[in-house]
Amino acid sequence: MTVVHISEARTGEDVLIALSDVSKSYRRGAQIVPVLAKLTFDIRRKEFLALMGPSGSGKSTMLNLIAGIDSPDKGSIRVGGEDITLLPEAELADWRAANVGFIFQFYNLMPVLTALENVELPLTLTSLGRRERRDRAQLALSLVGLSDRVKHLPSELSGGQQQRVAIARAIVTDPTVLVADEPTGDLDRQSAKEVLEIMQRLNRDMGKTIVMVTHDHRAAAHAKRIMSLEKGDLSYLVEQRLE
Amino acid sequence: MSQWLTLVARNVLRHRLRTSLTLVGLIVAILAFGVLQTVVKTWYAGVDGAVPSRLLTRNAISFALPLPKSYQKRISAVEGVRRVTHLSWFGGVYKDSKNFFPQFAIDAATYLDMFPEILVPDEVRHAFLRERRGAIVGRKLAKRYGFKPGDVIQLRGTIFPGNWEFLICGVFDGRDPKTDTSQLFFRWDYLNETLRLRSKAQADQVGVFAVDVASLDSVADVSQAIDEIFRNSLAETLTETERAFQIGFVKQTEAILISIRVVSFVVIFIILAVMANTMAMTARERLREYATLKAIGFSPGYVARLILAESVLIASIGGAIGIGLTPPVAAHLAELSATLFPTLIVSVNTVMLQALAAVVVGILAAALPMRRAARVSIVNGLRALG
Repeated sequence: MTVVHISEARTGEDVLIALSDVSKSYRRGAQIVPVLAKLTFDIRRKEFLALMGPSGSGKSTMLNLIAGIDSPDKGSIRVGGEDITLLPEAELADWRAANVGFIFQFYNLMPVLTALENVELPLTLTSLGRRERRDRAQLALSLVGLSDRVKHLPSELSGGQQQRVAIARAIVTDPTVLVADEPTGDLDRQSAKEVLEIMQRLNRDMGKTIVMVTHDHRAAAHAKRIMSLEKGDLSYLVEQRLE
Repeated sequence: MSQWLTLVARNVLRHRLRTSLTLVGLIVAILAFGVLQTVVKTWYAGVDGAVPSRLLTRNAISFALPLPKSYQKRISAVEGVRRVTHLSWFGGVYKDSKNFFPQFAIDAATYLDMFPEILVPDEVRHAFLRERRGAIVGRKLAKRYGFKPGDVIQLRGTIFPGNWEFLICGVFDGRDPKTDTSQLFFRWDYLNETLRLRSKAQADQVGVFAVDVASLDSVADVSQAIDEIFRNSLAETLTETERAFQIGFVKQTEAILISIRVVSFVVIFIILAVMANTMAMTARERLREYATLKAIGFSPGYVARLILAESVLIASIGGAIGIGLTPPVAAHLAELSATLFPTLIVSVNTVMLQALAAVVVGILAAALPMRRAARVSIVNGLRALG
């Protein structure tokens, strides 16, 4: 394992996501709370990156910025060469639909839809026909080992199974990047292990770029690279190469 | 079914108790609105059913005051008048004062000719013209009190003193459902002859003259000419169209009608508040789901339409059931109200108003939750508790 400064790690080769001088602060009442300041770093294609750091360090904020569900105060975020900070809201939504797969801590499935319908949901934004949508959703569910649970509602599934449905929903559109915010935070150890193994497989076998925020070192150990974001030193990232 | 419709339909059924209670509220509100609107409309039924060529001549001071019967000949002589008949309010009590129904003393031969909306079978008409104490009763009245031909009934006079006996000659129907069949007609000559014996001062008088005008063009002239004849007499007249007469009658109860109308709209406003609260609660609980939908690429408009469709669907189901229940409930109310409402027929206008009210409630109830769900940032929405 090597520990290097991010500035040293920045190579530019095969970069998928590039953050340049990104700053973000939040208003809390009359007070402005800085979260990220002049952050610059890259994420390479086919990378499985774990973002770690204590609560309030800004790791979820960084994930939200990369996923295009929040916007920076300053700086640019290029994903696949496109500066997403310049996209208007409607175009950003289309961009997310095509390029980002979300895995949330609490799964965020639609409780009234079956596993299959939940996975099919993002495909309704595409031009695919109903039959093809169903086939793809079935395939995504089989990839996470839930072919036999397609007609189950989320309430009829365990936490681990729900998270696997969420992963299937995230990959069904074949997005450029998967973002996962504490994907094992609500799971028992065994379910967490299964979910992380699926994510590892998606990265290793299918070449999916994954950015995962986690508190859990065991979870982070499944990534190829770990970056720690320390509060109070926002411009300084520590990288641990696990490969 | 598209995914969007599936989401809408299943969301409606998500909290069955809450949806059911909201539906019950909507059904009651739309039903109450429809019934109250029907009551108001029924009150004006006489106005709507007025025949334009019929004039009514009454005492200029008040229609509670009589006119001399002798006026009939002079009115008949006015140019443009085809026929004249008369009717007098009797105001008797049948057994108990709570048994209210309208009773009129009429000139049997002419009245039935001039009011063809009252359908009297020939044999009943003949019996009525033959029998001095004869009376005919409307179908609804006969049903309510069990009157049948051959029955002798007694009314206690309130305007005209004493007890009055009538022989039921038969039952009449209305030409259309709006015709009041909760009335009793008896012969004025019986009334008048008895009054000559019992209360001479009230004899040879009538309540109102009904005047059939030959041409619609001359209605105004005839009306003016009749009143001109009796100007400066002891009993000056006021002649107006049947419609104007009915409006004047209804106007006396206008405050009640306005109150009923206001109440009907207040009911809608209350259900709007209830429905808006339901939708606000629903949207607040699902804020994280809406944020998730937006995160994975759905537009704020998609989310807003989900809420709108759910609200309008609930309102439409409640509205449809409420509308469906209105005619039977109105009919039952008409039965219960005895002769106060001869008929309570739900008009197409009322049904349309009910449907409109339901849809408007659905749309307005969704307005604020839609706005909130569409505008909430994804990050804040994802933080919301489910």
